Amino acid sequence: MHPAFSVIFFTTSSGAGYGLLALMGIFGAAGLLPADRWVGLAGLFMALTLISTGLLASTFHLGRPERAWRAMTQWRSSWLAREGVMAVLTYIPAGLLGLGWIWFEDTRGLWAVAGIVTAILSWITVVCTAMIYRSLRPIHQWHNDWTVPAYTLLSLMSGAVLMSVLIHLFGVDNNYIQGLTVVTLAAGWGLKTLYWGFNRRSKGLPTVNSALGIDAGDVSVLELPHTSDNYLMKEMGFKVARKHADKLRRISHLLGFALPLALSLLAMFISGYGAIAAVIIAWGSCSLGILVERWLFFAEAKHTVNLYYGATTV
Amino acid sequence: MTSLPSETKKKLGLVIDLDTCVGCHACATNCKEWNTGGHSAPLPDHNPYGARPDGVWFNRVHSFEVRRGNRPNLTINFPRSCLHCENAGCVTVCPTGASYKRVEDGIVLVNTDKCIGCKLCSWACPYGAREFDEDEGVMKKCTLCIDRIYNENLEPEDRQPACVLTCPAGARHFGDLNDPQSAVSQLTAARHGRDLMPELGYKPTNKYLPPRARKVDSADIGAPDELEVFKAEGFLGWLDTVLSK
Repeated sequence: MHPAFSVIFFTTSSGAGYGLLALMGIFGAAGLLPADRWVGLAGLFMALTLISTGLLASTFHLGRPERAWRAMTQWRSSWLAREGVMAVLTYIPAGLLGLGWIWFEDTRGLWAVAGIVTAILSWITVVCTAMIYRSLRPIHQWHNDWTVPAYTLLSLMSGAVLMSVLIHLFGVDNNYIQGLTVVTLAAGWGLKTLYWGFNRRSKGLPTVNSALGIDAGDVSVLELPHTSDNYLMKEMGFKVARKHADKLRRISHLLGFALPLALSLLAMFISGYGAIAAVIIAWGSCSLGILVERWLFFAEAKHTVNLYYGATTV
Repeated sequence: MTSLPSETKKKLGLVIDLDTCVGCHACATNCKEWNTGGHSAPLPDHNPYGARPDGVWFNRVHSFEVRRGNRPNLTINFPRSCLHCENAGCVTVCPTGASYKRVEDGIVLVNTDKCIGCKLCSWACPYGAREFDEDEGVMKKCTLCIDRIYNENLEPEDRQPACVLTCPAGARHFGDLNDPQSAVSQLTAARHGRDLMPELGYKPTNKYLPPRARKVDSADIGAPDELEVFKAEGFLGWLDTVLSK
């Protein structure tokens, strides 16, 4: 599949944003973060900026962005519509959480309920995003049981990496929060490695024979219907990143998981500027690594339409 | 409304005969010709006379070679267009309600006034039936010539999809696949018509008829293995003997 930069940016940016927002809601409600105006402002501002720029970016790949509001109407059948609805609904409890935290400097009682609801809606929104891909039967690399856990865990993970930056900047010394960052990085790394392994080993059911309704024989392309690339080949037949897939995967392993994990662990044992530098570098590295991971998620997805253009399996 | 109807009164669709299709691209050409002035008009054509022409087509004809061990190879010409699936994934993923499947005849259409061009429907279609119109920023697809088949300004015999009417080999057939007595249903039954990628569960309406068994040996056409040796008698026999010396 063609990796449209707007969609890659959207899923990584709003993924991290929803992860951070959910953690703000939970840690705020649990009283693990100080009910301090500036902590609330910084955390919620970061989360909502990432979410909002991501959502905005996702409209850039539309043919008719001015009609984007229509994309929320078909929530009964469409995961994309459900994602749109949930994304908008999440702003409501997030706004209440912000009101309590920033205005009243209170995260207890009803404000805590707003925090929990924010976390739940954030999680549902990310599940909806993942389900958009999970529900597409023509793409085996997405239509499997790894997609939703990977999306939600990587969202929580990139949110936790940002949360580490926040607590270190505000001098909140809480090794439970930093510990969660370490745990989610390790779990995210493990899960994504297993997911990549699954995609390397397994193939979709359709073959060129079932695509043509010809049971027996080795099928090869004799002539294409057209002399230059058409929409289908440009959108579904993307091959550039697959050529460098192994190299990009190593970069993603290193920047997205290994380095942030090591630095986040380090930050648990040191303090002061060293720890702040460690978590900021961890965040930068993780962001780049997850962008590469998302690029591969699209570039390595093989749509069944390729069976009509020379592929024998997908 | 992008929820699918539980059932449709008719299942209008095409039956495409891979045995008789000669791969002339006439169906694709006439499809383009009609539809660039029809329901979804215009269909873009970028750089049509240049080295790399690009544009939206609802029907594309592929050609494949099938190697079958010690049997002769087959050439398959394969026209590919929307199959108007019963379980149309392209409809349910649509977030705007632009894509819909009609209850009365099962035809899958796009309302281009509502489409936002998110392209998700083209990802959801296993068959590559939907193409993006870059000029209008919306998705377009085969309408089963909805503006021909119900068009009372046309003669009754012309109320068929453009691809079917134009096929010089008689390889394309149009009708109601919900009616077991219809010509297309009978043809599908007689020739063991196939669903494409049935394992994905889209339940396509259009059927493809696989190539008939090829006649390879003389026995296949009722001929003897070898021709009889000519044996002349009388004067011609004497002449044959003399000349054979």
